[in-house]
Amino acid sequence: MLYINCPHCGLRSQNEFSYGGDATVKRPDLNKEISDQDWDNFVYNRKSLRGKHWELWQHISGCRQWIKVERDTSTHEIFNTLKANEETI
Amino acid sequence: MVQSFRLDGVGLIKRDKKLSFKFNGKIYYGYEGDTLASALIANGIHLVGRSFKYHRPRGFFGAGVDEPYAIVQLFRNGETEPNIKATEQELFEGLEASSVNCWPSVNFDIGAINNFLKIFLPAGFYYKTFMWPKSFWYKIYEPLIRKAAGLGTVSTSHDKERYEHKYEYCDLLIAGSGPSGLASAYAAAKNGARVILAEDKSRFGGTLLTNDVNIGNKSGKEWAEGIISELKEMPNVIVKNRSQVFGYYDHNMLVMTERISDHLPITKKFHPKQRLWYIRAQEVLISSGSIERPLVFGNNDTPGVMLSSAAKEYLKVYGVLVGKKPLIFTNNDSGYETAIEFKKNGIDPVILDTRKNPQSEIVDEAKHLKINIKFSYVVVAAKGYKKVKSADIAQISDDKEQLGKLENVKCDCICVSGFWTPTIHLASQSGNKTTFDENIDAFVPGISKQNERTLGAANGEYRLSETLKNSFETGYELSKKITNNDNKVSFPNVLEKKSTVHDKFWCVPLPKGKNYKRFLDFQNDVAVSDIEIALKEGYRSIEHVKRYTTLGMATDQGKTSNLNGLQLVSKIENKVVPAVGHTTFRPPYTPVSIGAIVGREIGKHSKPTRKSPMHSWHEKNNAVFVDAGVWLRPRYYKRGNENLFEGSKREAKNVRRNVGVCDVTTLGKIDIKGPDAAELLNRVYTNAWLKLPIGKARYGVMLREDGIVMDDGTTTRISENHYHMTTTTAQAANVLSHLEYYLQLVWPELNVNVVSTTEQWAGAAIAGPKSRDLLQKLFPNFDVSNEGLPFMGYMEGELFGVKARIFRISFSGELAYEVNVESDNGNFMWEKIMEIGKELKIQPYGTEALSTLRIEMGHVAGSELDGRTIPYDNSLEGLVSKKKDFIGKRSLSKKAFSADDRQKIVGVIPLDKKTSIPEGSHLVKDSKASLPNPKLGYISASCWSVEHDNPFSLAILKDGKNMIGKKLFVMSPLKNKIIPVEIVSSHYVDPKGERARS
Ligand SMILES: [Zn+2]
Repeated sequence: MLYINCPHCGLRSQNEFSYGGDATVKRPDLNKEISDQDWDNFVYNRKSLRGKHWELWQHISGCRQWIKVERDTSTHEIFNTLKANEETI
Repeated sequence: MVQSFRLDGVGLIKRDKKLSFKFNGKIYYGYEGDTLASALIANGIHLVGRSFKYHRPRGFFGAGVDEPYAIVQLFRNGETEPNIKATEQELFEGLEASSVNCWPSVNFDIGAINNFLKIFLPAGFYYKTFMWPKSFWYKIYEPLIRKAAGLGTVSTSHDKERYEHKYEYCDLLIAGSGPSGLASAYAAAKNGARVILAEDKSRFGGTLLTNDVNIGNKSGKEWAEGIISELKEMPNVIVKNRSQVFGYYDHNMLVMTERISDHLPITKKFHPKQRLWYIRAQEVLISSGSIERPLVFGNNDTPGVMLSSAAKEYLKVYGVLVGKKPLIFTNNDSGYETAIEFKKNGIDPVILDTRKNPQSEIVDEAKHLKINIKFSYVVVAAKGYKKVKSADIAQISDDKEQLGKLENVKCDCICVSGFWTPTIHLASQSGNKTTFDENIDAFVPGISKQNERTLGAANGEYRLSETLKNSFETGYELSKKITNNDNKVSFPNVLEKKSTVHDKFWCVPLPKGKNYKRFLDFQNDVAVSDIEIALKEGYRSIEHVKRYTTLGMATDQGKTSNLNGLQLVSKIENKVVPAVGHTTFRPPYTPVSIGAIVGREIGKHSKPTRKSPMHSWHEKNNAVFVDAGVWLRPRYYKRGNENLFEGSKREAKNVRRNVGVCDVTTLGKIDIKGPDAAELLNRVYTNAWLKLPIGKARYGVMLREDGIVMDDGTTTRISENHYHMTTTTAQAANVLSHLEYYLQLVWPELNVNVVSTTEQWAGAAIAGPKSRDLLQKLFPNFDVSNEGLPFMGYMEGELFGVKARIFRISFSGELAYEVNVESDNGNFMWEKIMEIGKELKIQPYGTEALSTLRIEMGHVAGSELDGRTIPYDNSLEGLVSKKKDFIGKRSLSKKAFSADDRQKIVGVIPLDKKTSIPEGSHLVKDSKASLPNPKLGYISASCWSVEHDNPFSLAILKDGKNMIGKKLFVMSPLKNKIIPVEIVSSHYVDPKGERARS
């Protein structure tokens, strides 16, 4: 079970969190023209990366904040966590 | 019966506590402190089971978790449990156990015919033999194999025992209480660290209980006892026996089972049987010791052949002789220690040492005691069927290829020692890259991935002095790192006998003309010849060899067999062992009972049960409840002998005719506040929200980004910047997360707060033509006329002194209102509604009537908004704004979503107006078309229309808008029904929606 450092609450076990997908996906602005391909990439297409990547988790049984977690998908090592409004490096 | 193999005055058992127990129906006696195994051996019982494949007689091989043979069925306090190792099960008064895997009895076993078949069942036998003819599998092969195989019977009755889970945190978790565990725990605890010390067995001390050593002028056992009693007194230390750390998971989370009551005849009141510990440790010290390796020779699975360390443990801990004429077969000094213990207790052992001329203190001591030692000698084959009677032995050449002349020696047990295998399971589970140590012919932990270190024998260090030195140092260092304290305990003086190197010999060659089975894996009957076949047939990867031959796959997971298997593969393949590699170690290290894993989350505790504040009223009024997510909701209120159909019909009719009241507390409620609240709603709902006046409600539909409907509900503007959103019961949590996602990550510029208020409000829906009359009586001082409180209006009122929110919204399609009061007042509200509604013929109605009402009105709900439909499919396209953007809008322009013949909701009526239509049925054009019959749509919801008094269903149908008036067939192969139907509008009652507005 992962041990996730919520930037708001501190270290908490994985069972307090729910996974929320790739944190680097940016929703296109509302009311903006966008090609079918770009939209499909946003809605459906995800890289199933092996290794370090940024993902979203929500601390549902805690502060309810969405946070960004830098994790290695093969080793489960967590390198960094950020608040929702902090930019990934 | 006399315990004829019990020694007087030896061992750690309680002689004054005699216990009786039954094995295979016979009564025996043992002592408190015995295991079932030690007590049986004390009584001379060595035949306890049959092997898995050949049903060969099985005795005892070890004295602990590594035991591959002695698996029994246990009976305790009216319950039965399979797969119990007799070597682990502590004896209690009245214990009953029986052999498994033998039918009809352990002494006469029909499956043993396998054993006498000319050709043994070779590797892959099952795969090869039972595949053809295919039809034989279900009827003949599978039942036959099932009867013959297996290691016990699972109880089919409910487990009355209680199991608990516990979460714990510590600085150092130490797995194993042998010398390294004790030393490191002591050093760390004395330096202020929070320590958990876990011992699998009932006694602490590990090898200190059996090895002849001296620490600080005390025997190993005394020293261990001293350390433990001191640790137990310390507030920063948790000391647990009967506790197996079986799994090492991510981020230093380890899981341990504590067997609290398994050693007692009955679980004490309010005690659990077992407790599962989830331990998050800063640092983990693995001090799990090592397991002796077998030597491989002919018929080495005969009862009476066992590990020499086990023989020593039975003697020193339990005062039990495994035999009175022991033959010790060893390739290292450990066998000598066992022989010396026999000799000291008046038994004359014979040692066969594969080495030519070993020189060490231990060997010298054996010589000094005049023990008969034969150097360069091996056991070629054990003789005897149900118990060892003698052994064929022979001299072996220096290159270990040639056997001398066979000699037969009488013996009643053969104690083998093929050196020691470190228990690296936990380290390997943690992700440690293990390495092969040539000096000990075994894998040891290498580079750590997590905060873990392995000490002592588990790390391949078999010298006590070195082990203690390292362990004291490690415990001190790690604790210093964590606590910043600097209290070092002094290191005791250690005396131990020095041993010399072992012989890299593990498998006795077959003598000419003999074809003895030489077993590697004792539980699964995997012999040398099986591995040879697997390799001949082309299996190369050790993982494949394992699965093809079942080497190391049984409940003991190859604790004694894996390394010898690897040695064999590497020898045949002409590779070094590390090049072959070992199979993956996975948790659990030892079997864990399902009860412990499940814990308290069984029955009604498997998920939380949420009840509305009016729940007890519903109960008192004969509500029949239904699970709605985690909520319990009244399905209908049973009157007399009514069934669901009759009751719900009555309730629904009464809503259409008079007035009904339904508990809608379970609806998700989200409080939304902030200057940008309207903007948020405008972005997440498909329709326009910026101009909703204060005191008005609006229906809205939410989409996912992919255009699929996520949820629907009404949101009401309470005041300038304050909205009250409702969601469906099922989606409440998801919708909240959805809103939080967009507010926190996508539109942080919006100044809005959202919070769930589902539990803050109790809700009652009042529906029916007389609902306004009822509302007026409930709120006599408020204007609830059609002008005062119009359709989709909202007002705040006072219900006999209680603050209330009144929404004029309708799910049933009738004139209807929803009244919300604070949860604590829910029951008061409900009782007032029932009391005052009496003269209006009010009846409560449940979810079934609620469904009927909404279905015949054509209102969509969860069964249509099922994660596969877009607004158009549900005839909700009128709510989709063309002017503004919203979540999911871009996806709606996809080709498939705007196709001309896109599926759409329709109504379905059986032509005979009688036959009910099963939900989930398919709609087809031709009921007799060849399969697969093209599916045009599916029935999403069915009811008995109370308005028209015939069945009515909703369906999602391809090209639905052009299908009205067409005749189709409903097919339900599950219910074996074909029903001719007519497609009609989904709005079967009041299509213009006039009632709700009246
Ligand atoms: Zn948090």
